[in-house]
Amino acid sequence: MKATVLVRPKPGILDPQGEAVGSALGHLGFAVRDARVGKVIDLEVDAASPAEAKAQVERMCERLLANPLIESYEVEVSAP
Amino acid sequence: MTTPRPRIGVVTYPGSQDDRDALWALAALDADAVPVWHEERELAGLDAVVLPGGFSYGDYLRCGAIARFSPVTPAVCEFAEAGGLVLGICNGFQILCEAGLLPGALLRNASLRFVCRDARLRVERNLLPFTSRCTTGQVLVIPVKHGDGRYVPPPDLDPGQVVLRYVDNPNGSVDDIAGVCNEAGNVMGLMPHPEHAVDPLLGSDHGALILASLVDSARRRALAAA
Repeated sequence: MKATVLVRPKPGILDPQGEAVGSALGHLGFAVRDARVGKVIDLEVDAASPAEAKAQVERMCERLLANPLIESYEVEVSAP
Repeated sequence: MTTPRPRIGVVTYPGSQDDRDALWALAALDADAVPVWHEERELAGLDAVVLPGGFSYGDYLRCGAIARFSPVTPAVCEFAEAGGLVLGICNGFQILCEAGLLPGALLRNASLRFVCRDARLRVERNLLPFTSRCTTGQVLVIPVKHGDGRYVPPPDLDPGQVVLRYVDNPNGSVDDIAGVCNEAGNVMGLMPHPEHAVDPLLGSDHGALILASLVDSARRRALAAA
């Protein structure tokens, strides 16, 4: 089963990478008010159901994939 | 009468870089500095442990995030929970934060640039096993060299846990924090590299104050345990 994890810097955490990207977009003439840069982790997991896959990936986020002090995460599971 | 040389372990993870400098500096300060491989699961017979700088596991995912699950790290956690002295330098600091032994997290420098230069640090607390040779308010010159040194404390950080602050903040750390300790005061992490500042030939020997404090404290513990 395919799962995608979106990890984002939490609101209030300074994101210099997002600021640099936002400013570069501004220089290109795009009207961007804010940019935040996170990361995407694509996983292929063995699970009996999408719900089980989601629960498993959430445990992965809590243990390793995200640091709850500075990052939030979102898990999406797509059926095979 | 001979003074016992305390045994201080320096952990080598895959990607550690400053382990040899830390071993050299500790030995120069009269410790019995012993290398500890990351596959060790026990830390028997050590009076203190140092997690050195470098780029363990390539800094993949987040700095220190994967080293936290290295076989030796749970042993370091047990050692710390039993009151053992643990010092994390740079990547070692990042690992201690990821492992939950120290509060907070270290993120990309605000400048997005790697900084490599001398930093000036103000000692906020000297009644610790890591700063007993310093005075409160003393300014130390110790080099930093990191790309991910911006310290973000948890919202409830006790200001008493801040041990060192930058006089000239090189990375955007919140409240200029350069080094913190745990509540009990037996675990400390700092981004600057004391092991690179132990001889005037290196530009400064102020790092020796931190490491010699650790050696003193480890020696006291070795004597008390003997």
